[in-house]
Amino acid sequence: MPNIPSAVGPILSLRNVGKVFGGTVTALDDMSLDVHDGDFVSLLGPSGCGKSTALRLIAGLMRPTAGRIVWSDTGRTSTGGQDLGVVFQEPTLMPWATVEDNIWLPMRLAKISKSAVRKEIDEILDVVGLSGFENAYPRELSGGMKMRVSIARAMVTHPKLILMDEPFAALDEITRFKLNNDLLEMKARIGCTVIFVTHSVFESVFLSNRVVVMAARPGRVVQELHIDEPYPRREEFRTSPEYAAHCRAASDALHAAIMNTSAEAA
Amino acid sequence: MAVISSDERTRHLSPSDDAHVVDLEERALARRQRLDKLGTWLLPLIMIALGLIIWDVIVKVNEIPHYILPGPGRVWATLTADWRLMLDALSITLAITGMALLAAVIGGAGLAILFKLLRVIEMSLYPYAVILQVTPIVAIAPLIFIYVEERLIGLLICAWLVAFFPVLSNTTLGLNSVDHNLRDLFKIYRASRWQRLIHLELPSALPYFLGGLRIAGGLALIGAVVAEYVAGTGGIGSGLAFTILEAGYRLNIPRMFAALILIAATGIVIYALSSFVSWLLLHKWHESAVKREQ
Repeated sequence: MPNIPSAVGPILSLRNVGKVFGGTVTALDDMSLDVHDGDFVSLLGPSGCGKSTALRLIAGLMRPTAGRIVWSDTGRTSTGGQDLGVVFQEPTLMPWATVEDNIWLPMRLAKISKSAVRKEIDEILDVVGLSGFENAYPRELSGGMKMRVSIARAMVTHPKLILMDEPFAALDEITRFKLNNDLLEMKARIGCTVIFVTHSVFESVFLSNRVVVMAARPGRVVQELHIDEPYPRREEFRTSPEYAAHCRAASDALHAAIMNTSAEAA
Repeated sequence: MAVISSDERTRHLSPSDDAHVVDLEERALARRQRLDKLGTWLLPLIMIALGLIIWDVIVKVNEIPHYILPGPGRVWATLTADWRLMLDALSITLAITGMALLAAVIGGAGLAILFKLLRVIEMSLYPYAVILQVTPIVAIAPLIFIYVEERLIGLLICAWLVAFFPVLSNTTLGLNSVDHNLRDLFKIYRASRWQRLIHLELPSALPYFLGGLRIAGGLALIGAVVAEYVAGTGGIGSGLAFTILEAGYRLNIPRMFAALILIAATGIVIYALSSFVSWLLLHKWHESAVKREQ
């Protein structure tokens, strides 16, 4: 079962990580987090809580002001290349390249020819449900399909970790639900670990086995919820009482975090 | 007038027949689109023909002598009678314009890439680029022809000076318009500086560069013509502008018109060609080349 976190140590640890911008604005304060193989961790919080900052720190796009980020298998403080996949809020595709050339990008930058990864590209197109669209250009696709291409690009190298920064926020609700369902299936087929940033309680509970609730000013972790419901989770899970209970707990934690922040600000 | 049969009338008036009404609307829309398509070609041709006719009529009715205003027929006759001379002049102007445009593309785009790769060069050289751009070419040209012995080279330098700036500034703008998330993605995938340029920055800049190319095409022609006026001296290697100048001294007005028409035609061809190149490179993916369904 690829979805059950393994008992061995974490693949990624954030230890007391902090980030200060311009010497005055604390975007993230003292964040600690262990991510295990197979985890689906959601960072849930209002805007300004540092969840995107945390993601950029993990991606190695910024260096932390305080604390350490450790990739346990290598002991290095950063990773990248084939080991990491990223999905942004926008599909972030190259408009001049076809679907398959967009998906080829991570390998292309590693100087691997397209013919050498033909099988991987076709396979991932099948996983995200876009077989037959190899030669389409991004502008010919709908918003949901573009996002699928973006996910395919993040997954095609079978990275250890995939970072997703509010990937479905700009989509309509129906497409978003469908992609939520499909994302869990894709994750199961690829067998990856995901850190998922969202401000939707329902999305985070549906997808994750762990929800990290964060608060703003300064951005920090206030609570971690465990959603110990078995995978695969399908549409029925959305209407189950367990789902409702978890959503209430997450919602309460989020509200407490927001109230706490505004009380401090007042 | 045809009488509408009663059942046809009921068909038109029947409220359940919405599909038919939609059909009529669709048909009207299709007709409008057909007319639009026809109009975009036909109307300009008609208007130009009309202009020629009015020109001809004015000349004939007022009995204007040809050394003041020749009619279109006379201009055409001059164009065909002097075609050897005209063709020589045209080929010179074309050659200078073409070479200047090529140099502008290589120089402008090359400099933009160099600026992108090395900020120090951009900060050092950009003032010179701006100074050359804002100073009118007619003011610089006399100096150029004093310092540059070879007349052809002088003409080329003038045309290039006018044409290269739009390529430079547009390409620079394009190279700086890369999607920030894509830039981050390239960083995460550990792309080299070279890979970032080839696979990200240059494709992002392409639509901007092509916009600059279209402007530069027209400016290269203007530069070539203006430089010829300034250079003045005749002899071998004289283009259309000198033909106009010389014909003016001799009050050969029909030849002035003939040369003028050739210059205008050259400008149109350059614009059409650069638009076509732009379409060729962008129509598959860029929004500017996308036809909307309705």
